[in-house]
Amino acid sequence: MTTPSKFALGARVRVRTDNPKHHNRTPRFTRGKIGTIARQHGPMPLPEDLGYGRVCGESVPIYRVHFRQADLWPDYTGPDGDIVSADLHEHWLEPAP
Amino acid sequence: MSHPHDHDHDHDHGDHDHGHAPPGDEGASDYALLEQAMRELLIEKGVITADGVRRMIERLDEASPATGARIVARAWTDPAFKKALLDDAGSALSAFGFGPMGKFIALENTPDTHNVIVCTLCSCYPRFVLGFPPDWYKSTAYRSRVVREPRAVLQEFGLNLPDSTQVVVSDSTAEIRYMVVPMRPPGTEAMSEQELAALVHRDALIGTAVVPPPAG
Repeated sequence: MTTPSKFALGARVRVRTDNPKHHNRTPRFTRGKIGTIARQHGPMPLPEDLGYGRVCGESVPIYRVHFRQADLWPDYTGPDGDIVSADLHEHWLEPAP
Repeated sequence: MSHPHDHDHDHDHGDHDHGHAPPGDEGASDYALLEQAMRELLIEKGVITADGVRRMIERLDEASPATGARIVARAWTDPAFKKALLDDAGSALSAFGFGPMGKFIALENTPDTHNVIVCTLCSCYPRFVLGFPPDWYKSTAYRSRVVREPRAVLQEFGLNLPDSTQVVVSDSTAEIRYMVVPMRPPGTEAMSEQELAALVHRDALIGTAVVPPPAG
């Protein structure tokens, strides 16, 4: 089943702090962090399925999320504008204020 | 068997690079045997063909930074292609003669923004356009540090960026692959597309370097 994208461009999102035992591709340094939606990549299969050979599983929207360096690393010394992006599936994201 | 997209699984395969052992090769690893069994089964069932597998391996082996350099030189000389490339690199490259590939994004470097790519989780790399990744790209040091202190890492590569240039690190955490379109250096206005392509080197396509002006 494919669902439409829940988060609009520019929306603020927080990465879930879940710590599942199963395979996933949500980098730990992004968990609990707030970022903004920079690009909608459309639905794609889940690593949580693919990691176990389930190639016909659900496709879930995936987003390019921009994180300010200062939000990832409080001791970041570079300019404010510096960012890291990660491509994250929708179920890892929740709306952020 | 080759992957439809250039994705390195992040479980540990040791150092091996998904070898394609010829049938009967002595000392094949468990993974090689598993690959062979799966490939033969899929061929037998008509899901894939031996020639299809051969072509995919051929494509991967033929890719090198020279491919990426040709793409960049075309983007520098053909504004319509550049726009298409930045809008949707996958489609633009199909028109450029590449077969279908996974989702692919080209990131443009400008005086205001410098892009650099990494895969913190494993070693995802746009192999269809850049060939095999350099060893340092797969190292824990690069993968962990470039998202944490990118300016220090770039400095170690010999690239000093002013504070007025935003550094954007793109982590390939999913099936989307990234490539950097470096800035065209000054003094190249009269150069042909082929001459320009010869200037573009691998690290500029990763974002750990810029393309220097032509010597002389």
